[in-house]
Amino acid sequence: MELLKKYPKSFQWLFLLAVFFALCFAIDVPETYKFIRGQAEFVKDPNQSAFVFLGKEVRYYAFDVFWRLPPLLGWLPIWINDSLFFLMNDWMPMEFWNEDTQEYKTRPLVLQITRNLTAFMTFLIELIREILLGGLETIVAFTSWDWIDANPWAELPGLPWTIVAAGSAILAYKLGGKGLAIYALLSMTYISIFGQWKPSMQTLSFILVAAPLSFIFGLGLGVAAFKNKRVEKALYPILLVMQTMPQYAVLVPALVLFGVGDHAAVIITMIVAVPPMILLTLLGLRAVPPEVIEAGRMSGCNNWQLMSKVLIPTARRDILIGVNQVIMVCFSMAVISAFIGAKGLGFNLLLALNQLNIGLALEAGLCISLIAILLDKMSLAWANKQVDYFGNLNFFQRNKNSLFFGVVVIAGILLAYLGSIYFKDGYNYLFEVPHNKGISTADFWNKGVDWIFDAFFVYIKAFNTWLIVDVLQPMRALYLRMPAIATLVLVVGAGYLIGGVRSALVVCGLTLFIALSPWWDRALVTTYMATFGVIVSCIIGFTVGTLCFQNKHSTNFMLNVCDIFQTFPSFVYLIPVMMLFGITDTSVLIAVIVYATIPATRYTIEGLRSVPAGLHDAATMSGVTKFQRLFKIEFPLAFPHMMLGLNQTIVFALFMVIIGAFIGTEDLGQYILKALSDKKGAGIGLTLGICVAFIGLIFDNLIRTWVGKRKKHLGID
Amino acid sequence: MSEPVIKCQSVYKIFGANAERMLKEANGNVDAKTFQENGCIVGVNNASFEVSKGEMLVVMGLSGSGKSTLLRCISRLTDATGGKIFIEGQDLLNLNNKELIDLRRNKMGMVFQSFALLPHKTVLENIAFPLQIKGIKTEDSINKAMDMVKLVGLDGRENYFPRELSGGQQQRVGIARSLAVEPDIWFLDEPFSALDPLIRKEMQDEFLRLQEKLQKTIMFITHDFDEALKLADRIAIMKDGIIEQLDTPANIVLNPATEYVRKFTEEVPREKVLLIKDVMDETTSDVGDLKVSKDEIIENVAEKILTQEKTVAVTDSKNNIVGSINPAKIINTVFGGRKNNH
Repeated sequence: MELLKKYPKSFQWLFLLAVFFALCFAIDVPETYKFIRGQAEFVKDPNQSAFVFLGKEVRYYAFDVFWRLPPLLGWLPIWINDSLFFLMNDWMPMEFWNEDTQEYKTRPLVLQITRNLTAFMTFLIELIREILLGGLETIVAFTSWDWIDANPWAELPGLPWTIVAAGSAILAYKLGGKGLAIYALLSMTYISIFGQWKPSMQTLSFILVAAPLSFIFGLGLGVAAFKNKRVEKALYPILLVMQTMPQYAVLVPALVLFGVGDHAAVIITMIVAVPPMILLTLLGLRAVPPEVIEAGRMSGCNNWQLMSKVLIPTARRDILIGVNQVIMVCFSMAVISAFIGAKGLGFNLLLALNQLNIGLALEAGLCISLIAILLDKMSLAWANKQVDYFGNLNFFQRNKNSLFFGVVVIAGILLAYLGSIYFKDGYNYLFEVPHNKGISTADFWNKGVDWIFDAFFVYIKAFNTWLIVDVLQPMRALYLRMPAIATLVLVVGAGYLIGGVRSALVVCGLTLFIALSPWWDRALVTTYMATFGVIVSCIIGFTVGTLCFQNKHSTNFMLNVCDIFQTFPSFVYLIPVMMLFGITDTSVLIAVIVYATIPATRYTIEGLRSVPAGLHDAATMSGVTKFQRLFKIEFPLAFPHMMLGLNQTIVFALFMVIIGAFIGTEDLGQYILKALSDKKGAGIGLTLGICVAFIGLIFDNLIRTWVGKRKKHLGID
Repeated sequence: MSEPVIKCQSVYKIFGANAERMLKEANGNVDAKTFQENGCIVGVNNASFEVSKGEMLVVMGLSGSGKSTLLRCISRLTDATGGKIFIEGQDLLNLNNKELIDLRRNKMGMVFQSFALLPHKTVLENIAFPLQIKGIKTEDSINKAMDMVKLVGLDGRENYFPRELSGGQQQRVGIARSLAVEPDIWFLDEPFSALDPLIRKEMQDEFLRLQEKLQKTIMFITHDFDEALKLADRIAIMKDGIIEQLDTPANIVLNPATEYVRKFTEEVPREKVLLIKDVMDETTSDVGDLKVSKDEIIENVAEKILTQEKTVAVTDSKNNIVGSINPAKIINTVFGGRKNNH
């Protein structure tokens, strides 16, 4: 009894667990239960039952309410699908003037809008692409094909790669100094020499369109949310879901609305890239000291002047960090969008992975990584650069970078011209190195992979078998063995114990959505893979973080490593694991672990570092040993921040698990991948995406609530 | 006397959801405790006063006393919940947005505790900012800003960024910016509180020099009683949103109105604050040969007076004898009376 009074919380948790296990043992697995019940509505099977909701027939296998909840939300994807189709094909038909046929045509409004949007995006992408690579489309857009036939000289020539490489080095120098410039020059040269120029420029042109548009929309919405509480409240749930939504679940509805290709990818990229921009704009504007705003007001600013001359410039750094985020999201979307037919490095990577040509995949992946690091470092350097005063410099000093670029352009054109004389019959290598004419290392890598397989096949296979048979299978079986009711009780109980009724209700709603969807089993598989990944990642991350923290140099080193690894699009992580482990669950899990260890490590280091120096001194003066200091002072204080790291780890793990479907897993991701090639997939894809997002949000809610309380308790911020 | 530049009539500022309704129900009898129980916080409670042209009113109070809130009501950075405020006869609370912006662009300047400079602009651009907002041509505004740079003694640093300046220098920029549009009314919200003591004293002297030259109508907020005594024509002492006493520095030191005010005055070295005229007698008969000016601080002439045996004559600026003071009075003022004032 005394113990109970001393640790009431612990006993509540024990009680919750007891109830959970009691339910698990009390509810038997029904004999009719077959794993993988999902998508029942698309399989006609005499064993199925059916119900009708909102005019939609939902088919399902018989269920036991305690074991699995009925798929009451089965109508949702069908309904989303039908609504989308209705919107696109039947809603608000109107007369539109058709330029090509010179007559009015009746078309549904939404279809017309999306087609116009598509045409506009295609034009923008082509424009940039042709500036970088050359082509006809832009000129055709302004004239006609006939005109081009009559004037064969009219073609955008494209920039020689030398100019683009030197240009990016100059920009890098201006933003970040010598080191960055050298890096830019080297990586651009590498890309060119190794024959990846064309896909790289295609990817780059994609980003050059998507990032500025996302920036504009994000800034605009961020400002609107800052000025109007109601806008913020309306945006908040969307922002929250978008943060935990796997990027490639959003691709599916884009297919229906905008079709296949770069334009669809750009539009959908904006939907993913705008939320972080909004968040960082809001954050930056909120951080402007109130006295600065008052100073602006007292200077007689009207609202517009206050925003454009006081608030936004003062919040410059946060807003530019937002730009960095936008660029990185655009980049990773540019890679993933290969699934809906966006051209560029991602497409090559996907192709290579499909053919199991690890060498080619590695080459593409390396280019992706190089560009990712370059873009990240450049945009961060821009954010951290402080305004300088130019008034006292003369014209040449002020414009030396632009002037130098001008010289480079002339030199590049001359070189390309000389090249055209020198390489008379073959390719002009000083203009562009064609895709198949660069130096290729693919063979080398493929041989390497073969060698690894030959040399280590036995060990890798043994490890693989052990992991799958002794760890993963039992764990998966355990997860699937949980009756839905028991899971619900556990989750809601945890919500109640951590955050009271409010948290319990939120978590209950999120869980019910998944439980009532037809994919509960799949969600459990996703969760099991994520859980495994998160546990291992956290063990590694917390240990590595703590060890590295013992020394200043290793701390900085590790943070840099985290920075670099975080810039890689998640898809890239699949290359090395496929190389080593082939196509198995193990590959996916290892990719998950590598990817999710980044936030675990980073947050551990940051958490430990945020322990105030005064406390360190106080502890040292009380005569603690290194271990005592770590366990009695640093860990307790850093723990809330480390839990936030756990939160990020979960989100990262979920993303990777979903992308892992590409290798072949049996979870929600598999269906998202299927939905991509399904004509009626939009509704399913979106619902599945929401399911994954909700899994993330359940943990997010629990962890954040706990951290908030704990921080208040400790008196940290 | 001409019309006061700033005039407040029972100004209230109450924070909270149904502040206005509660204020109406309270019927001019606002009790902070009852309001707090209903989720409202009283910032300013029934403030009425006037500031005339060229006068410096210092509002002094500890943190949370509502002094900054009062200033923000008068600059309309927040809207007062009740009462009336007149700026040069204009009803401030009835101005529309455009009129308010006009008023701020032409009549008001404000200096902030944390300087509130724009980090992306140089010293010169910061100072020119209010002028450019007004729509003045770049060249003219830069010329005007340069004059201001010289006025506050920052020549040579006009192209620095705020991050490259010390606190004192940053506040000089803040002062120059607030003066750039040549406002009639000058608000200063704890301008020197964030500075080191030595720099603070230097800035106070500089400020007095500027005011001598410019003769603005000033509302100056501070939590430092000594600073208030040093600068003020009149001091308003605030506590919990209420103005406890509003009077000249001498009167506050000699006749504190409440127990709260008296606590502040206890430690004040009177000889450094009071002038001869504050303690002199009106009688002009039977005085000695020594004459002192009535505007001298006691400390400066105390030694001279104390070595006299006879009463000393007090003169005004035209050297007419207007009163007298005897050594005993000086001793009494400086040393006596403190503990007996209870």
